[in-house]
Amino acid sequence: MILTDLTIAQAHQGLKRKEFSAVELCSAHFDNIKKRNEEIFAYLSLREEAALKEAQAVDGLIGSNKEITALSGIPLAIKDNILVEGMKCTAASKILENYTAPYDATVVKKLKKQGAIILGKANLDEFAMGSSTENSSFGPTHNPHDTTRVPGGSSGGSAAAVAGNMALGALGSDTGGSIRLPAAFCGAVGLKPTYGTVSRFGLMAFASSLDQIGPITKNVQDAKIIFEAISGQDKMDSTSVAPPLSDGGKLKIDSLRIGVPKEYFIKGIDPQVEESVRSAIKKYEESGAKIIEVSLPHTEYALPAYYIVSPSEASANLARYDGIKYGFSKREDSLLEVYLKSRGEGFGAEVRRRIMLGTYALSSGYYDAYYKRALKVRTKVIEDFNNAFKKVDLIFTPTSPVLPFKIGEKIDDPLSMYLVDVYTVSINLAGLPALSLPCGKVGELPVGLQIIGQPFQENRLFEAASFFENLS
Amino acid sequence: MISSKEVRHIAALARLNITKKEEEKFGKDLSAILDYIEKLKKVDVSETKETSHPFAAKNIFRKDEAVKTAKDLLSLAPDTKDNCIKVKSILK
Repeated sequence: MILTDLTIAQAHQGLKRKEFSAVELCSAHFDNIKKRNEEIFAYLSLREEAALKEAQAVDGLIGSNKEITALSGIPLAIKDNILVEGMKCTAASKILENYTAPYDATVVKKLKKQGAIILGKANLDEFAMGSSTENSSFGPTHNPHDTTRVPGGSSGGSAAAVAGNMALGALGSDTGGSIRLPAAFCGAVGLKPTYGTVSRFGLMAFASSLDQIGPITKNVQDAKIIFEAISGQDKMDSTSVAPPLSDGGKLKIDSLRIGVPKEYFIKGIDPQVEESVRSAIKKYEESGAKIIEVSLPHTEYALPAYYIVSPSEASANLARYDGIKYGFSKREDSLLEVYLKSRGEGFGAEVRRRIMLGTYALSSGYYDAYYKRALKVRTKVIEDFNNAFKKVDLIFTPTSPVLPFKIGEKIDDPLSMYLVDVYTVSINLAGLPALSLPCGKVGELPVGLQIIGQPFQENRLFEAASFFENLS
Repeated sequence: MISSKEVRHIAALARLNITKKEEEKFGKDLSAILDYIEKLKKVDVSETKETSHPFAAKNIFRKDEAVKTAKDLLSLAPDTKDNCIKVKSILK
């Protein structure tokens, strides 16, 4: 048995049956990391000693026949914009290169309480801004399926750690597709939960009305295990909510109404991606689901609205990195020079580009034309979904219009990079849950099917996704 | 098209130092992005309200109780003095 090939659920059974120990499971992952991380660069930092000690403690519990949770002894990777007390948390930025987290994020606290083992911190686009993980100040992550290609982003390190068998599961964060895109590019399952379902306390804020933490895993069952462990209202995040008691009820494939938005299958989509997604949708139809063409007429405006809303929020959120309280600080004679140089040298090009874009959109004279208008278009995008969900239970789309692209292919043209997110950003604007599921391959390159649900109906996403997973 | 002067103005507002060479590149990038964003003008939003948050959010307050000591946070600051963060003087 190759321990790093297991799913979370399989590893849990193995631990319970004492087929292997938590220390063996943990060591197997560190062995793999040592072999592969240099090439893939999924991890920015590791905590081997502490992890093995924690695994030993889990073995102690198992040895004395104590109850363990579904995540006890399970090795996980955490995106490096989520705080783990005592570990460096860099957001892949030079400005936080030497920043040590003074507390645990709520999601980390919850995982630790369940006995999960954190192996290390995963690479990302600086401050989660990007679609390829090339914007990391410490170097790009490579796609384990083809190391000349990007893993997607911004949670590329998390997805590559899972796809490269360097963790059994991972946490990512998703502001405009940052969990779903890397999951799709790496052939993993990724869930962006309903806004507010998972506490953002301890997640470095990018765009607060869009950010959500979620799992990236090898299969749907594992995503559900992690999602259930990290979700719940948190007094430390006033936007977190207790989910309503009804989660939409049990899902029957033969009475399921699946909406397929016509605006998602237009010019710009790779025909091989389209074919793969359409053939997956066909499988549902063959099992009795009703496929209904729906229209989300404001789809083409979601991306431009997103690129006003998210940089605007980011420009305010990232004002805190000033070279005064923590992080990189340039010694200068005047306070203004400290600000200018610490931020100018500490932030990479994409982060500065987005801060400037947001600053521009919020500046006097442009506020109404850009920011206010984008917020109104956001309402239109939400209304589109509300109308579609009157006719259908779930909406199926491709996660990305393209296959994983070559490292370096889009990095010099920011707009072409932004367009990769064209199918994912509207979900964040609307706060909906969405899951990316591997639905096929073109050569070695995975394709993702995006399943979009109504608020708080994550269970329906899991059930619909499991159905397809069980077919193959 | 955003001029170099505008780029410098935005960068100054955002407290970001940028080099002369970057000025040009950022100007070009921001212009391309803003041209794309112009699309938003085609949407009729005359009757539409703004959404700043996906669901109705309300403030939830908790007691203002310290859970960490100042020392934990001060140790992260680049410069401190007498249990305070040291900042450059702003008055001459």
